[in-house]
Order: sequence, then C-alpha cells, then structure tokens
Amino acid sequence: MELTIWTYEGPPHVGAMRVAASLEDSHLLLHAPQGDTYADLLFTMIARNGKRPPVTYTTFQARDLGADTAAIVLQSAREAAERFKPALMLVAESCTAELLQDQPGTLAAGADLEVPVVHVELAAYSRKENWGASETLYHLVRALLNGREDRSERKPADPARRPRVNLLGPTELGFRCRDDVTEITRLLDAAGVDVNLAAPADASVADLLRIPDADANVCLYPEIAQTTCAWLERKFRQPTVRTVPIGVGATRDFLAEVAEATGIEIDIDKIERNCRLPWYSRSVDSTYLTGKRVFIFADATHALAAARIAREELGFEVVGLGTYSREQARGVREAARQHGLEPLITDDYLEVERRIAELQPELVLGTQMERHIAKKLGIGCAVISSPAHVQDFPARYSPQMGYEGANVIFDSWVHPLMMGLEEHLLGMFREDFEFNDEAMPSHLAAVPGEGYARSGQDDTGTAAEGTPAWAQDAERELKKIPFFVRGKARRNTELFASERGVETISVETLYEAKAHFSR
Amino acid sequence: MNQPAAISDIPIETCVTPEQEHGERAVFCGLTSIIWLHRKIQDAFFLVVGSRTCAHLIQSAAGVMIFAEPRFATAVLQERDLAGLADCHEEIDRVVAQVLERRPQLRNLFLVSSCPSEVIKLDLENAAGRLNRQYGGRVRFFDYSGSGIETTFTQGEDSCLSRLVEHMPADDSNEPRLLIAGTLPDIVEDQFLRLFGDLGIGAVDFLPARSLDDLPPVGKQTRVLLAQPYLGQTARALIGRGASLVEAPYPLGAEGTLEWLRAAARTFAVDDDRFERVTAAPLARAQRAVALQRKRLEGKRIAFLPDSQLELPLARFLQRECGASLLEIGTPYFDRQSLAAELELLPAGIRIVEGQALNRQLDRVRAAQPDLTVCGLGIANPLEAEGLRTKWSIELMFSPIQGFEQAGDLAELFCRPLVRNERLAV
Repeated sequence: MELTIWTYEGPPHVGAMRVAASLEDSHLLLHAPQGDTYADLLFTMIARNGKRPPVTYTTFQARDLGADTAAIVLQSAREAAERFKPALMLVAESCTAELLQDQPGTLAAGADLEVPVVHVELAAYSRKENWGASETLYHLVRALLNGREDRSERKPADPARRPRVNLLGPTELGFRCRDDVTEITRLLDAAGVDVNLAAPADASVADLLRIPDADANVCLYPEIAQTTCAWLERKFRQPTVRTVPIGVGATRDFLAEVAEATGIEIDIDKIERNCRLPWYSRSVDSTYLTGKRVFIFADATHALAAARIAREELGFEVVGLGTYSREQARGVREAARQHGLEPLITDDYLEVERRIAELQPELVLGTQMERHIAKKLGIGCAVISSPAHVQDFPARYSPQMGYEGANVIFDSWVHPLMMGLEEHLLGMFREDFEFNDEAMPSHLAAVPGEGYARSGQDDTGTAAEGTPAWAQDAERELKKIPFFVRGKARRNTELFASERGVETISVETLYEAKAHFSR
Repeated sequence: MNQPAAISDIPIETCVTPEQEHGERAVFCGLTSIIWLHRKIQDAFFLVVGSRTCAHLIQSAAGVMIFAEPRFATAVLQERDLAGLADCHEEIDRVVAQVLERRPQLRNLFLVSSCPSEVIKLDLENAAGRLNRQYGGRVRFFDYSGSGIETTFTQGEDSCLSRLVEHMPADDSNEPRLLIAGTLPDIVEDQFLRLFGDLGIGAVDFLPARSLDDLPPVGKQTRVLLAQPYLGQTARALIGRGASLVEAPYPLGAEGTLEWLRAAARTFAVDDDRFERVTAAPLARAQRAVALQRKRLEGKRIAFLPDSQLELPLARFLQRECGASLLEIGTPYFDRQSLAAELELLPAGIRIVEGQALNRQLDRVRAAQPDLTVCGLGIANPLEAEGLRTKWSIELMFSPIQGFEQAGDLAELFCRPLVRNERLAV
C-alpha cells in the first residue's frame, strides 16, 4: 500500500475516459461501482463541458456481487449501443471491477452489438491516468489500423500537394490542449504544412482511419501519444516529430524538425516575427526578472519546456525541477543534470512542498497542487500543467504552444511577480501601515482578509464615534462567519445597529441585521 | 404571508410509495462524506484503504484543496497487495505508522473501507482491533464502510456515526438528555444550543461531537433528534442502545426548524408559552427572510435528481414555504422511518423515485422542462447547456442551511440560478 494524500493523476480509467470524451463518436462502457461516476464532474465542472462524457457506467452495488455483475455489463452495453449509436465502443474496467474478473471486453464483443468493440486492459493497481490515456489511444488506433498492410519504407512525398501531419496527443482535460491544436494548426499552415487530423481531440473514428495518409506524426504530448507514434512509425514508417513546441526556442526546433520530416523548406525567421516574447524579455522593465529563482514541477512535457523557457528566454534561475510522470522521467533527469540540479521525481505532493519550502524560490511553476503550496508559502505561482483547476481552463484563447503560446507564457509567468516599477515603490513605502511589505502586488486579485478590511479600526485602537460596540458573544459569533464575507457582515450589522440607536451589538442584533439585509 | 400549519393539523391521508428504478446511477460514494466529517471531528484522521480512484474522488469532490495538510488520506492498494506478495494487514500497520509519524499528536484514526477493500474482503474491523491493542489506547482506531458498493454519498456519515454509537459511553442516569445526530456546521450547532438553552433543555449532546474524546453518553434516557435525514442506520444503532427516537421533520426552513424544535420541546415537556416566547422572534425573522425569496420561487416547477438524501425535506421546504410546485423527486434510497414526519408534510400524489436509471430520468427531465433541477455536479452543466436551470446539490452539503437564521439563505440558494438567468442577456 502507498500512503497518498493528494494525487497528481487519477486512476488509469480516467485516462480512458479522457480519450473517449475527446473523440467525436465513440462511447466508453466502464465496468465500475456507482461512486466512480464522480469522474463526470472532471469534464463537466473543471473543463466546463456542456455534455456528459460519453461513458456508461455499470454502477454495480454490493447486492449485485453475489448475483450477476456480468449480466449488468451485457445489459449496459446493449442499452448504450442502442441509445448512443456510437461508431465504436471502448470497454474498460475501473479498479473494483478489475477484481471481479468479469471480462467485460469479451462479454461486450460477444453481445452482437452493431458497433466494433475495443477492449482496453488498464492495470488499475500499478498504473495511472496518463498511462491509461496512452494505452487507450494505442489500442484504439491499433485495433482500427492493424489490418492494413505494413509499409516497408516511408510514403513518398506527393509534389502535387502540401505535406500533411497528424497532431497526436491533445486530449480532454489536458493543459490548454484545445488552444494548442488551433495554434499549431495555424503555425504549420504558415509553414506550408497541413494538419491531416488531430487525435484524440475531436477526431471521429473515420478520421482515425485516415492516420496513415499523413507524411508524419507530431507527438504533441509524449505522455499520451508516444506509444502510438512509435507503433505508427514501425507499421507505416511515418516519422515522428518529437520536439514539443512550447517556448520560442522549442518552436524553432519544432519547425526545423517538421521541415526535415516532410522534406520542405520553412522560413522560420519570418514566422517568428509575430512573437513578442523575445522583445518583451529584452525590454528594460524585464531587467528585474534576471536571476529570479524559479521552481518547476509538472508533467514531463511541460516541466521540460518550462525549464528551457525559464533559463533561455526569461533569464530566470531554475532552482528546482521535477515531474510526477514516472514514465517520462528520463528526459527530466537529463534536463535537471544540465541545470546542475537534483531532479525531483515523485508523486508525493508533500515531498514537493518540502522541497519548495527549503528552496524558497521567488516563483513556482507547477500544477494546481503547487499553486496551493505556493499560496500557503506566500510565493507567486503560475500553473503550467495538468492537473489543473477550473480557472486554468480560461475562456480566452491562451495556448501554450507555438509563438502565441510563448506570448501567453510571458504574460502568465511574469504576472505573479512584482512588476519592475512596483518593486521600487514598495521599498519607498515600506513603513506605511497600509502598504507594508506583506502587501500583495497591487495587480493581483488578493483576497483581503479581515485584517486588511478592518485595518483602520484595528490599528488605531479606537472605534469611530457613534459606532456601536460589540458584545463579546456577538464578536465571537461574527468570527464564525467565513472571512471573505465577515467584513461585509460587520459593516452591515454596525450600520443596522446605529440606524436603530442600538449601542451594543448582541448576537440577536447580528441576526436581525442579517435578516434585514438578506435580499 | 404563508403561515405553516402545525403537523397535527395535517390529515395523514397519503401513504407514499416510491417508484423503484434500477439502472445506471450518477451518485457519489460514501467516502465523499469524509470531506465534511474531517472538518467536524477535528481530532480524528480518516484513512481510506482503497485505490487511486478513492483518493482522486475525495480530492475532486472537494473541489478545492484544503490549505492545511488534510486529516484524511488513502492507503492505495498496489499490485503486490492483491497478488498476495504483501500481507495487507502488515501493510495497513505500516501505513498507519507512517501517518502517526507524520502527525504524532493524532489521537483517533478511522480506517475506512472502500469498494476494492471490500471486494477482496479486507477485514478493517479486525485491523482496528489489532491496532487498538498495539497502541494500547494512546491512539484509538475505528472502522466503517465508505464504499460505493455499500453506501451512497451521505450514507458514509451514517456508516461512520453508527460505528461510533458502539463506542459511546453508557448513560445509566434517570435524567433525560437530548442527542442531536448528524453533522451540522458549528455556527448552526451553536444557534440550536442557545435555543435549547432558552427552552430550558440544558442536557444537549451532538453526534458527532467536535472531539471524539467527548463522545456523548447513550442510554434509556437518551432522546434522539435527527438533524439530517440520512441517518437510518445510526438511529437504529442508538435505539439498540436504549435510546428513543423523536419523530420530527428536519430543521430546514422556518417551518421545518419550528417543528423540529417543537418535537424536542414536547419530549422535554416545555410549556407552550415558553416555546412560543423563545421561538417567536427567530421564527418571524426566518419567515421574513424566506418571504423575500418566495416571490421568485412561487409557482416554479422543481425536480430533484437523486443525490444527497436531502431531497425530500428540501422539496417539502420549497413546496410549503416557497410555493414551488414539485415534479419528480429522485432519492438514492428511501428510509421510511427517517422520513415519516416529512412525508406527512408533503402533498398527496407526489412522485418519489427511489434509485436511478440515469438516461431515462434525464429524458423525463427534458420532457418536463422544470424551472429548476436540483442535481449532482456531473449533470448540472450538461442540463444548463440544454437550456435548463439547475442547482448543484453538493453546495447544500457544504453550506449552513439548517435552522431559523439560515432559512432565508436556503431559499436564496435555489433563487440564485433563477435570478442569474433573469439577469443574463447572453
């Protein structure tokens, strides 16, 4: 057993759900007990999807265990096929169902459904979410394309058309995947390359059947697409573009690799002119960024990209680098060595917290976990990777990849830091009671605590004339109200009391006021 | 102003029989209740023995992470535990030692079983007994089931509290004591304590108590008043220890709170004048606060999907105090004993559906086009995207909604999606 407090990745069947939810016309039959349906909310609440993920859960209960859970699988499969009419049915098990050994894949395959069935075995007790997504994509692509003839050499370039590539890896709940696909499609278009399809994101089963038509595969998220890309390389001799285009330098390298894989010339300098990061980083206000100590912890793809951007493109000093992606840890170890650091490969968030507390960086680049750690320690933070929370699925266009991605990254990493001019002003006003050095940067939406909201009253020690006093029990009651509305409750109650000539606010007054203002 | 009728005025003409539905369910498992239980019982740690799914569920359902190191964790089963390469009981001991090393001040620890631990028949009761002997009382160990195959959402609290009942000290006195069962926010608990004090009911205990060191006594003189509708097993366990159950509706809304208090007052022979005197001001406040919201809810058609087991009391509040009309009320399970007083207050011909067949139920919701659908987090946005207004029900578990002072807030929770809809022009 492994003691786990917070987890960076969900179980592998959540990875299977992410693939199913990305695809346009597939359905996932998940053999799982009722509580596992919580996973819907990842899609509908965190990513704000307007549709339930295309998943049917068998939701067996204890009383079914003695009876016939296999019958529930069959019934669920038939109902799902009938209701949703998917082009393909994926079948998988969650951790509990894996123990039952009902073999839902075999059951569904033998159920005479009018759709092809692809079973994915997910090792729930040894693997995690990204692996589950990777396996699902691989088994799906393999099931659809294994019957095709192997190619013994690369498909010859067709001079009559532009080269085309597949973008593999973008998945629901992945970090900014939606915008990355758009951005990379634009970038490649500017470079004279077409996108054949992106998968699993928004691909239909018919699209997946067209994978072999592309001249190369772009492995956008190695955590999810590396296994599939490797198989396609063996099967169809499709070359894989491996550089992940996050950051200015990486985007250049990416374009160079695409040029090589597709055999065309790309004028990289011309495309790069749209990128503001290089100039913003050189402009004088950015001088204060020099040598800022930054700690990076993310999935391997984003951690590696962040380390390179931090050092080469923003002039930060990387003081810590790590990942929770054990499958992809090798690259992170290598990068850490280049930065002269000890890599942190762990999925124990407390270990990450300890390291951050020890290193005392000025900026943390991480997942939502690190955002919490940073907030607790009072350090600025930008989220750069899944797992992410609802605010990291922004409404605006905000890719991470390509040149616009680099612009977005400049803004979002610099934002949590003090602005250059602001640092000077803070020095000037250091002794001012309202502007002490614990004040948050003015451009941050800091949640003012009660101390902030009441600072005038507390610091002078005397209440303004005519302000009613608080009885001790009323004051205690007030403290039970959540801090973020407490200031308002206090003001309203005092207003209510003084309007009525109440001199001492009792618990009763507090609630009278509450009732008065609640409309 | 709508004056709620006292319970005794309502003829018992309906014997509600819920429809049963079987199929795909969209509900949380009992582990979810750890989110509020660990906040309430501050000197206990909850260790789930389960899988990565369990850990992921709690953190996803909690929505935001809690700032301090949380007082819960999961001992995640590994391949080697299942293959028999590791002895699960030795592993539990090792993980427990790890937790205690990290938190040496810990006095109480719950071992919570999950779907996988129950399927492999891992005996946590046995483990708790062994650990109790091993730690010689320095740390106390309890066990209960939070699994999705045994419990639905709030039932996890029922499962936890019913285990605690076994550990409550015996009360052999002849003095009646009031026991309020079911987690309430501290602020609500304190409001009720003041009201009971004013009524002259001084001997009041809460289950769970804020500290496990203060587990209340139980015996023949214990009068149990349920504060939450999902505690059937706990109620039966308390009755098994001699306590008697005070039948009452739940303290949701002005009427529910009044009748809930009245049931206690009658049990403790509080005279009517005193009851009127004590409750008049807060009742009037609650009614005023609800009245402000009533105009927005009046005539609105409201449906409930099964979720927290609070569906029936909430429906009663919305119908009787806010003037809403009720469509289908889904409930994960139906415990007639716990809901008896609520059923008397609900209108005749009400449609209650126990269990779930998710897609058929959603079809009915789409056909009925309710003005508001109270549902779980996974379903709310999809229904909104189809043009329906929803209230996500987990907020009702995390917000103080019980009692007079919160009656207006409770109504406002249901109004907010409607008001928002009126405001938005996009």
